[in-house]
Amino acid sequence: MTPFQYARANDVADAIKQIATDPSAKFIAGGTNLIDLIKYDVEGPSRLIDISHLPLRSIEPTSAGGVLIGAMVPNTDLAYHPLIEGRYPLLSRAILSGASQQLRNMASTGGNLLQRTRCFYYYDTATPCNKREPGSGCSAIDGVNRINAILGTSEACIATHPSDMCVALAALEATVHVTGPAGARTIAFADFHRLPGNTPQRDTNLEPDEIITAIELPPKGFSANYSYLKIRDRLSYAFALVSVAAALELDGDTIKEARLALGGVAHKPWRSSAAEAALLGQRADATAFAKAADWLLHGAKGYGHNNFKIGLARRAIIRTLDQAARGTPQSNSDKKIR
Amino acid sequence: MARSGTAKRVTRTATVPEKIPIRLTVNGNHMELTVAPWTTLLDALRDHLDLTGTKKGCDHGQCGACTVLVDGRRINSCLTLAVMKQGAEIVTIEGLAQDGELHPLQQAFIDHDAFQCGYCTSGQICSAAGLIAEGKAKTADEIRELMSGNICRCGAYPNIVAAIQQAMERS
Ligand SMILES: Cc1cc2nc3c(=O)[nH]c(=O)nc-3n(C[C@H](O)[C@H](O)[C@H](O)COP(=O)(O)OP(=O)(O)OC[C@H]3O[C@@H](n4cnc5c(N)ncnc54)[C@H](O)[C@@H]3O)c2cc1C
Ligand code: SF4
Ligand code: FES
Ligand code: FES
Repeated sequence: MTPFQYARANDVADAIKQIATDPSAKFIAGGTNLIDLIKYDVEGPSRLIDISHLPLRSIEPTSAGGVLIGAMVPNTDLAYHPLIEGRYPLLSRAILSGASQQLRNMASTGGNLLQRTRCFYYYDTATPCNKREPGSGCSAIDGVNRINAILGTSEACIATHPSDMCVALAALEATVHVTGPAGARTIAFADFHRLPGNTPQRDTNLEPDEIITAIELPPKGFSANYSYLKIRDRLSYAFALVSVAAALELDGDTIKEARLALGGVAHKPWRSSAAEAALLGQRADATAFAKAADWLLHGAKGYGHNNFKIGLARRAIIRTLDQAARGTPQSNSDKKIR
Repeated sequence: MARSGTAKRVTRTATVPEKIPIRLTVNGNHMELTVAPWTTLLDALRDHLDLTGTKKGCDHGQCGACTVLVDGRRINSCLTLAVMKQGAEIVTIEGLAQDGELHPLQQAFIDHDAFQCGYCTSGQICSAAGLIAEGKAKTADEIRELMSGNICRCGAYPNIVAAIQQAMERS
């Protein structure tokens, strides 16, 4: 690894102060993405500021009826917390479908949001990549793009955001709490990640001198009718080719509220208000689900190797909505898709 | 985005980062060592403490050969910086046997012939020790899912699951 300095942050204020004084420094939390990228020479920070010991490890109910999750909470602790398993099982399932138990033990809540794309060329420093080296070109558009995006792409970049947890957080409409030199602010989950546009080097709207302190869940957890379905090349320990988070509120078999988010298909968890609106007041059946799928995939475009994702996503959306409506969410250990 | 994507690298002149003294408890023994900031826990164990039972497979979090227990939880030591684990309690494959008796998982792996080349085995066993401590897996399906972070290129999976089931029943 390229040498770097190391310093521990004492508290949030100290972390912000340290990052402000050194523009080539980076925070490190679980390290599962950053250490990997340093080893591949994709990242080359001069200094790592260790925020893993900051007291941001609690999971607490809020006065608004939701839950506040500290940014350093490990992914496993979050997935298995009784409040999350009980009230937000969609989030539990999404987290447990990602990576491995070892990695989930290490990975932090904040770090999961900021993990970088798994686009092959982003990792391969011998090839052009606008995300890694702005202006150098995109090797994926005319290259091996089987894992790349079909929605919200630009001519500069067709990368996907690889997180599972974020797909559930998008569907649940979480809020990201951040703190910077100017103080604290909150960012709605939908506004946190960005589309690539002309600046694919920027994944999110977090400023370089800001730190994520917490994620807040609103009261509604859709614990009765939800499902997270992840389609991948292996049955476990592989990134999503397509994943779907579906959450419904039903009155009999009529849909009163619907949330739908896709993973593995865009630069951010993909939602569409038209798709969710199309489900409102409808009977929870295949016809309604297919319409919603068409809306959600409106404008989808393949780049060759990833053309299959469009049909795969459509079928996965319909199946996941059906699982949610039936109250039979996809299991993480029984791999049959029912 | 927090620093990410800034491909421009700052050219570093002079100052080689200093080594940092750390204290670790490894298999019950108090250890003091001095490591560079970029030394992974895996390299610290193997190269500084001569505990070569923990294996380096991929060095990128993709195989699980480097699995050890840190403060009772299984992690990938190849993606962990040693300096970040100041004061932690580490258990490696060398620390599982007690008073000359094999750990029940070690015995079960022998009983079930749960390896071929053996390269993944120390990671498998440490991971299984973590799995049993977590208490989340009961069925074979659940064991398979929660052991998916340990790849066996020899394909000893059915016997690995059987060995873990045996150790679970006896623990
Ligand atoms: C083999 C492998 C398989 C994986 N499979 C999956 C998968 O299937 N699904 C999935 O979702 N994920 C998967 N992951 C990714 C994993 O979930 C992420 O690497 C992890 O969540 C990142 O969290 P971390 O705390 O380790 O981040 P770190 O590596 O510590 O940090 C990542 C980035 O975030 C910044 N950062 C961290 N915390 C903060 C904060 N609080 N405020 C501001 N900046 C911060 C760091 O500076 C860095 O740029 C996989 C990883 C590996 C290695
Ligand atoms: S898709 Fe994005 S990350 Fe992949 S090569 Fe193109 S610019 Fe780089
Ligand atoms: S060597 Fe650590 S996961 Fe492969
Ligand atoms: S026994 Fe050879 S890799 Fe598992």
